[in-house]
Amino acid sequence: MTTLAICGGRLVDPAAGVDAAKDILLKDGRVAEIAGPGKLKNMEGAEVLDATGLVVAPGLIDIHVHLREPGQAYKETIATGTAAAAAGGFTSVAAMPNTTPVNDSPEITRWMQAPERGASVRVFPIAAATRGSKGETINDYAALKSAGAVAVTDDGRPILKDGMMRETLAAAARVGLTVIQHAEDTRMTQGASMNLGPVSFKLGLRGMPPEAESSMVERDIRLVAELRESHPHLHVAHTSTAAALAAVRQARRNGLRVTCEVAPHHFLLTEEHVGLYNTHAKMNPPLRSAADRDSMIEGILDGVVDAIATDHAPHAMHEKEIEFELAPNGITGLETALGLCLRWLHSEWKIPLGRVLSLLSAQPAALLGLKGRGTLAVGSFGDVVVFDRTAEWIYRATESKSKAKNTPFDGWEMLGKVRWTVSEGRVVHASA
Amino acid sequence: MKPAIVTTRRQRSTPPAPVSSFPYHPGSLLSVLDLTVDGVSQLLIRATELENEDPIGRDHILAKRRIALLFYESSTRTRTSFELACKALGADTTLVSSLSSSIEKGESVKDTGLTLRALGAEAIILRHNSSGAAWLLEESTRLPVINAGDGMHEHPTQALLDLRTILTHLRPGLVGVAPDTLAGVTVMITGDILHSRVARSNMQLLPRVGARVLLCGPKELLPEQAARSGPGIEIERDFDAALAQSQAVMMLRIQAERLAGLQLDLDEYKANYQLTGQRLAAHAPAAVVLHPGPIIRGMEITAGVADGVQSAILEQVTNGLAIRMAVMERALTAENGGRA
Repeated sequence: MTTLAICGGRLVDPAAGVDAAKDILLKDGRVAEIAGPGKLKNMEGAEVLDATGLVVAPGLIDIHVHLREPGQAYKETIATGTAAAAAGGFTSVAAMPNTTPVNDSPEITRWMQAPERGASVRVFPIAAATRGSKGETINDYAALKSAGAVAVTDDGRPILKDGMMRETLAAAARVGLTVIQHAEDTRMTQGASMNLGPVSFKLGLRGMPPEAESSMVERDIRLVAELRESHPHLHVAHTSTAAALAAVRQARRNGLRVTCEVAPHHFLLTEEHVGLYNTHAKMNPPLRSAADRDSMIEGILDGVVDAIATDHAPHAMHEKEIEFELAPNGITGLETALGLCLRWLHSEWKIPLGRVLSLLSAQPAALLGLKGRGTLAVGSFGDVVVFDRTAEWIYRATESKSKAKNTPFDGWEMLGKVRWTVSEGRVVHASA
Repeated sequence: MKPAIVTTRRQRSTPPAPVSSFPYHPGSLLSVLDLTVDGVSQLLIRATELENEDPIGRDHILAKRRIALLFYESSTRTRTSFELACKALGADTTLVSSLSSSIEKGESVKDTGLTLRALGAEAIILRHNSSGAAWLLEESTRLPVINAGDGMHEHPTQALLDLRTILTHLRPGLVGVAPDTLAGVTVMITGDILHSRVARSNMQLLPRVGARVLLCGPKELLPEQAARSGPGIEIERDFDAALAQSQAVMMLRIQAERLAGLQLDLDEYKANYQLTGQRLAAHAPAAVVLHPGPIIRGMEITAGVADGVQSAILEQVTNGLAIRMAVMERALTAENGGRA
């Protein structure tokens, strides 16, 4: 295996408390040495990346992506999805189980991680909580965990029944897995395609009330409290409403292990961005009111939000070029996350660079217990992103490495350009 | 009284709302919001001129121009009226309806539109059961698209013909409109507002020519947010109180096909919101009664009122023809179409 030295850059590793000019040496896929500029000792034979003027940080980690394999390769494959991840600076992605068939078995979990899939970066499967994600029969979590699953969820389909959710939380706690909930009381969202409010009324679209999300989060938190003795970990996926975030904040004050993520589109966009039926602004949970969006920003600032996750949801062009109500939910996100986070969270809303990077690496790694990821301490995996934090550029969906182009951020200004992405010591993405 | 709690939040800059590039074609009429008040006025004036013109002379205006009517939903009034309006101006029309076309085989709106364009259609009149379909069709074809009703969203030519009908009764002799033409006039719309594209188009159009729109109906069919969807819109749940304030009374049908599982007690509905001769005489003896059709006699309106002297229901239908002639002329000839 080659040895890689990244020299001349500013190393920002929030988990290790480092923000300084450092050179870093990767060997056998791991971080072998960190030293002051020009001070690496074991550089012999190493390939050198000149990171002068660039930020060197732990590779980004997205704990919520849809890679569409097995079964929906026309939308995306593990190869193309992870190529997009690498282009966006991500070195680890956690893949949701709503594939065809649903990933509810150790076999599919292993299949997704096999070298034949051609992944550019590390894929961590998240397995289905219930058989076929039908919400009826619990899967074998111990077997799924040993096959490599890092969490369980029925993402896209919430676990509605109280008893089933309680059982899921308890069973996952026994084997030390996180339960990720797509919080939506689907009894309140029948036929709905955007947020419920004046905009949905005006557009003549059925709306999803914010309570459909918050009531489910509140229910889940009650169950976590009931099971307090067994220490379940509930993670709320793609939080989009002020009320849901408030519930998470309160649960944490009560000492419960409840975490949450927010997607860039939920801290940037509102229901107004649906415009005149733009299907690239259709996702679930939907874009909410300006007040909800502002709450997401507050939550990131005050720390209740544990991670930024993109909910990268690729769809084929023809699937989005149809009637708004019939179009599938979701947008891509892997290539725009860093550029948007730096442009808005860091530059506009003044969140320190280290905190922004932590939300994109150290914290999601800790949340899912991804050992040796999210930091560049010696001995960690050689997962690195090197980027120019001052470069301004325009995102063009047509140039995406993903098979899909369904993004509301086409033509948007980005800040911070990825120069190299290194996954376990290998350069998997390079740009001029 | 409790003091108001004022929370001061640091003003933060956020990404701006998107700028619409619709309509792509100046002849399109997707929403009443595509028209300026002056554009509305021009259409009303042209409608009257075209109506009065000799049919033989009128026949040359769109001679041999090709117009497609694309209908995903059944329709009597709108379809016939558009078709007759096109033909009155000399255009060739063809009707494609979802039940006897490749739409049944799964052809998309985009492909259907592109196929019609390849066949020489110069404009498409679209009726569709999904809100926003007209925007999708216009973006896909870049042809002038006339929205003849999209889901629960809009039905702009209906609002224009309703306006013409209201003017005939409340501002006789006046043809065009200005922002204050209907100042002091209250138009009430009663019934299934939630599912009504007629209501949405009227709610957006009438306040722009000075009218006050008063919405009436039960919560299930008239959510509070309706009043926040534009200026000049208010809610009055008491039917009799609303009638007493109104000079024009528009009744709507309960749209059973769009209720989506909503349970409604129809007897209770009738007791509270049916327009009867007695109610009309007691609270709005001089008001003009409108209904976009189809009417369900004995449900939202009694036969006596529908056929009575205050009813303008059939005038509305006749006005539809004049308005649609003006709209189709604009679609194929106007340079900027009175765009907003």
